[in-house]
Amino acid sequence: MSKYTSVFDIVGPAMIGPSSSHTAGAAKIGLMARNIFNDQPEHIEVIFYGSFAKTYKGHGTDLAIIGGLLGYSAHDQRIVNSATDAEYLGINIELITSNEEADHPNTVKIIMRNNNRSFEVVGISPGGGRAEIIEINGFQVKAAADSNFSLIFHFDKYGVIAAVANLLASRGINIGHMEVARKSKGAEALMVIQTDQQVGGEITGEIESLDHITDVVVFNK
Amino acid sequence: MLFTTVEQLINLAGSRKVNISDIMIEQEMASSEIDKETIYENMLEQLRIMEQAVDRGLSERLTSRSGLVRGDAKLLSEYSDTGRPLSGSLMTNAMAMSMATAEVNACMGAVVATPTAGSCGVVPACILSAGNHFNSNRTELVDALFAAGAIGLVIANNASISGAAGGCQAEIGSASGMAAAAVVQLAGGTPKQCADAVAIALKSILGLVCDPVAGLVEIPCIKRNATGTSLAIVSADMALAGIESAIPCDEVIDAMHRVGRSMPATLRETSMGGLATTETARKIEKSI
Repeated sequence: MSKYTSVFDIVGPAMIGPSSSHTAGAAKIGLMARNIFNDQPEHIEVIFYGSFAKTYKGHGTDLAIIGGLLGYSAHDQRIVNSATDAEYLGINIELITSNEEADHPNTVKIIMRNNNRSFEVVGISPGGGRAEIIEINGFQVKAAADSNFSLIFHFDKYGVIAAVANLLASRGINIGHMEVARKSKGAEALMVIQTDQQVGGEITGEIESLDHITDVVVFNK
Repeated sequence: MLFTTVEQLINLAGSRKVNISDIMIEQEMASSEIDKETIYENMLEQLRIMEQAVDRGLSERLTSRSGLVRGDAKLLSEYSDTGRPLSGSLMTNAMAMSMATAEVNACMGAVVATPTAGSCGVVPACILSAGNHFNSNRTELVDALFAAGAIGLVIANNASISGAAGGCQAEIGSASGMAAAAVVQLAGGTPKQCADAVAIALKSILGLVCDPVAGLVEIPCIKRNATGTSLAIVSADMALAGIESAIPCDEVIDAMHRVGRSMPATLRETSMGGLATTETARKIEKSI
């Protein structure tokens, strides 16, 4: 099986240096976290593990993640000044290094809070500028950057999953991969749906209006 | 995939009497379902970012967060203009451009990872200097990037382009191989000569370990971008002279894969061996 399919995986990505895994991948984790939070956070805790904890300063991993959290892409030159920008916006950022073992050497946990909500996201940067979110508010997930996927927060009630799948099918959207996790029977649950096609704003709205759905976050590549 | 080996790539190009870049573009159109013009425009944008990085690295005095970057690209560029470089001004200019890009990368500037951030200087430097030498137009430069990408794709899928997986041979080595093919294409060489240039470059850098001081993409990475650039250009010259690689390119790539796999973890980007554990490296590590 081919791991790389596009010439732009090789002549690319365009990025802010110095490291595809420690800078570009980190920026993408930050950006995904920001999109999942879907609001401006007031307080952010960034906890580095493994190689991130050891070398984050020299690689600008902290600036990359903060940049992502401000909505900057991995090739946005403003990443260099992201810490100052965050301060200007009144966002309080705490950087923490952990000695705890993580499964992947390039792991970061991001805790975002404001008056309305609180989110805890864990991301990894497996290399080459790729990035994945592996945990959201305690739910184990697998959501890769630069792919089409939807996070659907809902309550664990019968028919919810089928309703979402039917809606996507009726709009000609094919599901490539799907995961469902719940805190306990009938409690908060999360669907992570990877799709071959992009999920547009109109469809997102329709999903949101289905019964027992609390929040929908869509990533389009 | 239209090709998964270099042999398939050059046979396809040879039988259709086109360049390897044409096969790469066709493959990209098929896999991405994006039209040719858009793919072309996207690659042109990569070229622009590469050119901006070279200009910035040669004109600005940059410092990295660690303070280890000292503007060596500028030194080399000045020497190239005013000194009498033994390897010729094309070579020293190319090396300066390569270091300029690598320095911009180390200083958190915008670059194109080709194939990685640590090795981002080699391909742009080779393409821009060879393009200048042959008076190539923009389209030819963009095509050369597709040629480099075709070789990089094969190496990435059959060996590795990651220092953590395959050592520096997988990063600077892959970049040199990719750049050598691009230079041969710009020179008007055949697809077979591209493959020979790739093989010659890879054979010369087989086994190089990834041992960054203090875990940073600075020492020895920036200078290895310069030497990797020179390797690409001399390999291209050898192939263009008609010299063939006795070991076929795909077998060299396989050897690179096996060498990478037998490399101990201490020499694969962990900074637990090689230059990273020298006395001076330890001192540097403490000072930053």
